[in-house]
Amino acid sequence: MKYSRLIIALGALLAFTLLVPNILPQYFVRVLIVMGINIILVASLGLSNGFTGVFSLGHVGFMALGAYSSGILTLEVSKKLAYLPDLPGFLAGYNLPFLPATILAGLLCAAVAFLIGIPLMRLSGNYVSVATLGFLVIVNNVLINAETLTRGARTFTGIPDFTTLAWVMAWMVVSLIVLSRIAYSPFGRAMRATREDGIAAQGVGIQVLPTRLIAFTIGAFFAGIGGALYAHYLVSFSPATFYIAMMVTQLTMLVLGGQASLTGATLGVVIVTILSELLRNLERGFNLGFVKLPAVFGASQIALGLIFILVMVFRPQGLFGDNEISFVANQADGNEPRVQDHP
Amino acid sequence: MNFLEYTFQQIINAVSQGSMFALVAVGLSIIFSLLRLTNFAHGDMMMVGAFGTLVMQLAGVPFLLAVLLGIVISAVVGIIIERIAYRPVRGAPDVTMLLTSVALTYILENLGILLFTSSPRNFPLPDWMNASFNLADGRISFTSINLLTFGLTLLALLFLAWFVRNTQVGLGMRAAAEDLTASYLVGINVNTVIVVAFVMASSFAGLAGVLWAAQAGVVEPHMGFTPLLKAFVAAIIGGFGSIPGAIIGGFVLGALEVFIQSLPSEWGLGAYRDAIVFTLLIAFLLFRPGGIVGVKQEVKL
Repeated sequence: MKYSRLIIALGALLAFTLLVPNILPQYFVRVLIVMGINIILVASLGLSNGFTGVFSLGHVGFMALGAYSSGILTLEVSKKLAYLPDLPGFLAGYNLPFLPATILAGLLCAAVAFLIGIPLMRLSGNYVSVATLGFLVIVNNVLINAETLTRGARTFTGIPDFTTLAWVMAWMVVSLIVLSRIAYSPFGRAMRATREDGIAAQGVGIQVLPTRLIAFTIGAFFAGIGGALYAHYLVSFSPATFYIAMMVTQLTMLVLGGQASLTGATLGVVIVTILSELLRNLERGFNLGFVKLPAVFGASQIALGLIFILVMVFRPQGLFGDNEISFVANQADGNEPRVQDHP
Repeated sequence: MNFLEYTFQQIINAVSQGSMFALVAVGLSIIFSLLRLTNFAHGDMMMVGAFGTLVMQLAGVPFLLAVLLGIVISAVVGIIIERIAYRPVRGAPDVTMLLTSVALTYILENLGILLFTSSPRNFPLPDWMNASFNLADGRISFTSINLLTFGLTLLALLFLAWFVRNTQVGLGMRAAAEDLTASYLVGINVNTVIVVAFVMASSFAGLAGVLWAAQAGVVEPHMGFTPLLKAFVAAIIGGFGSIPGAIIGGFVLGALEVFIQSLPSEWGLGAYRDAIVFTLLIAFLLFRPGGIVGVKQEVKL
């Protein structure tokens, strides 16, 4: 059956999601939640950066917008009075449940991405990276200064802790299915064509700007969703949460796994998550029986940075390159003729 | 304070700020012109220079010698990262090199945290550095740091101008900036040229780091990031890859920042300075990608 592997995988994931919170300690559940959110973020980052070749450094900016907008939408009315007394009337009087707030956050990000994408998608190579980094700086600057909406540089707190493993896994499945349907459709092939050679793509009738714009917009939608989920997981955060350090972490995950592969993005997240949890525990220092290693804070980030550089030098296409593990049999996904990264 | 005095004070601020941006931006531009590398780790050379100076001072080295050694240390770190990180990815797609530099930033800043913790440290200065000068009964004031920033930047840039015109490596640098492969084919030692470029860029950044730390009074591992972003803006609005462009861009940016700060506070724009500056950057990329001096670039599709 065409979908049997997908159904089995989803069933296994469902069982896993239902069982884990009851079996494993809270620590693992929290790691899994962050991992799931990162899969949503990194896979959607891959859609623009890997598949379309719009190397955005502004993904975290969309994530921040999603986190703040969903936080404002769901905050209880009494807490709004306490924390955000100057909120405009149409936001102050009510609060939304989790799902509509998350979707609205995603749509807001998509709208912003669409608007800024119209000019930015004209830029190529390094320049789109620098410009989207500029977007991230602008978002950070605005969040710090728009005190009536965000409490400024102070911690934005009191957000209900809606994010559970089940929510994250559900959104993860939705985003991976949507992203794979897009990436391996004729439109996805157009995306890869614009990445390989914009002029040749135009020559065969692909409209480069709309293609890049749509990929960027869809990526931003899921960044907003991921940001909203992260907001309701963290419960309190500040603009500094969504800045360069987070951008570097997500980029590490993406380039390690493989930029033009959803499987790669997913596994990149899993590998980096496991590695950084292990290293984080190691850097607290440990006793080998005969020698006692002291705590070396920051060592785990340095190790991740070194891995990042090693990947760039020895396998710039990432561990998976543009290969996928397909869950749907006889679909074009796995065995369509592929465009090579570096001809 | 009358209008003339006010303007004069603002010009002093703008020149001091602008020379700092120019000093950092020149290094970014030199490296970009040779390798097409958007070097995020350049800002961390500021941190290395400042921390190098601090460590030397704590070891009892006199201030000026400590500054010199700090700059030497940042030049050495520049050579090392070129050799171990940038040379292996030379000629790779632009984005691969950009990502390598992002990873280097991450490593260098975390090394800084590991060695010096993330809390800011006091940056001791000799008294003559903190001396301030007053004109017009104290209505116009500047410090010797302001003077030094401008003076040293001027010296560094004059040296650079002499170097690229009158030395063999400097001429090679200009040739390689035109076309790296072709200059290799006509027998220019490209590796030497690139290493010298990194030495120059890193020591300029190291010097800028010391000046920045002197102005702020503290050093901390993340200190290079904000000036780096500003230097990007300066280099791009001036004309990315062009040395005069980076200098012009630096001073234009310095003037603009001081201008935004001096706007009436009830307009509320001062706090949005960074957002305005980066909007300007994006506008330049879209409408005048060659920057003020008009470098030929393939920026758009």
